[in-house]
Amino acid sequence: MRTARSLGERTLDFYGDGIPYLKGRSIKGRLIVIEGPDGSGRSTQVDLITAKLESDGHAVATTGLKRSDLIGKGILEAKQKLPIGKKTLTLFYAADFADQLEHKIIPALEAGYIVLADRYIYTLIARSTVRGISRRWSYDLFGFTIKPDLVFYLDVRPEELFHRVFQKYATLDYYESGADLGLSDDLYDSFVAYQKMMAKEFKLMEGRYGLVPIDANRPVSEVNADLQKRIDAYLSKIGRAPA
Amino acid sequence: MTTNKSPKKEKLSGRLIVVEGIDGSGKSTQLHLLDKWLRHLGLLVFNTEWNSSEIVKEITSKGKKKALLTPTTFSLLHATDFCDRYERNVLPLLRAGYFVLADRYVYTAYARDTVRGCNPRWVRKIYSFAARPDAAFYYHVPVEVAVKRILTGRPKLKYYEAGMDLNLSNDEYESYRIFQSRIIEEYKAMAATEGFRVMDGSLEIEMQQVLMRRQVAELLPPDVAAVAARELGAQ
Repeated sequence: MRTARSLGERTLDFYGDGIPYLKGRSIKGRLIVIEGPDGSGRSTQVDLITAKLESDGHAVATTGLKRSDLIGKGILEAKQKLPIGKKTLTLFYAADFADQLEHKIIPALEAGYIVLADRYIYTLIARSTVRGISRRWSYDLFGFTIKPDLVFYLDVRPEELFHRVFQKYATLDYYESGADLGLSDDLYDSFVAYQKMMAKEFKLMEGRYGLVPIDANRPVSEVNADLQKRIDAYLSKIGRAPA
Repeated sequence: MTTNKSPKKEKLSGRLIVVEGIDGSGKSTQLHLLDKWLRHLGLLVFNTEWNSSEIVKEITSKGKKKALLTPTTFSLLHATDFCDRYERNVLPLLRAGYFVLADRYVYTAYARDTVRGCNPRWVRKIYSFAARPDAAFYYHVPVEVAVKRILTGRPKLKYYEAGMDLNLSNDEYESYRIFQSRIIEEYKAMAATEGFRVMDGSLEIEMQQVLMRRQVAELLPPDVAAVAARELGAQ
């Protein structure tokens, strides 16, 4: 077992235009993001990493893309009643994310937590851009968000993903298989085509957002060892031994 | 796959007319009278108002009460509202040849969000999908006049409406006054670059309406314009 070192302070760093009233704000924690499609093993990895970091003595907070109090479940009902435009939906999710960022993520970072985010803005961006929203506009829109310290993308072949999702849920999610895009009448084809489109968007974001792709076709323990090694290396690089 | 056409390139056969100004500037009254005139001339008219999307209201009504809105969230919710009305009504109707009358447009976001502390460049990028209006009328009145019009009768101001989130003053009326005067400064700063048609909101209502109609007459289809010119000449 490692003895945790304190992480030291840094100021918030934004992707784009940022949030002027938070500029220069000092944080003691670190933000680590695990991205990847449904079935890529994200939640499992988040649990394992949380346990390890806590046993090392770090305080850990986890967040996800679950809808916040702000929007609530209303959006699902509304979508069924009346179609909502793609750009409108993107803005809705951005508003919801802003709420989580300012009310949950940043306060936890200020308090010195390691925040493990089960998905971040990249999924929101990819979902929009595969549906025809301009990349430039999406990147600009999410320019208010802060840069994580580490971002891992769990990369799984679509064919492998299909099996995992099917084994887990015995069915495919309508949106996660891109059924709204009319890619194919065959749900398997549609799923594979959609996941390929999503993977392409993530690939495009690698450079811009510093996403580190992780081969997640491997067993859970192997993927975890890989992730944990990278996280530990990062933390010991920045860490200071307790005085 | 990315098909976000620039609004300028789309062929819009309709006309977009916008009014801007602080609360109490008289802009809504003027737009209402313009609406009556355009309908009288036999044109297809559609009205759209700031922060009025039913679907957005439905989704946020519960959350808004519970959550404390930060300027960024507040800004994004207004953008969502705008975008919904834009995608659902404004753009299709402009393409179908309607006169779309907007009581507040992107400039309200530029002014308010900037005063609230958002990055002005960021706000403009978010609204970059919106078509440029054919005419944007800015109703200017001294802040004291507008505030007096609104505060007569001592109405209960909403928290965000009074700008209480900005900590300008503990007194909601004083906060409201400061908030409004800052918004005026933002409007003034963008008037030239955005091509506002600046209107004097302290003139008589009838006079203001004649001035507005004269400018809108230039945007009418030729056959209607002839009728309109006769009517305006007779006034």
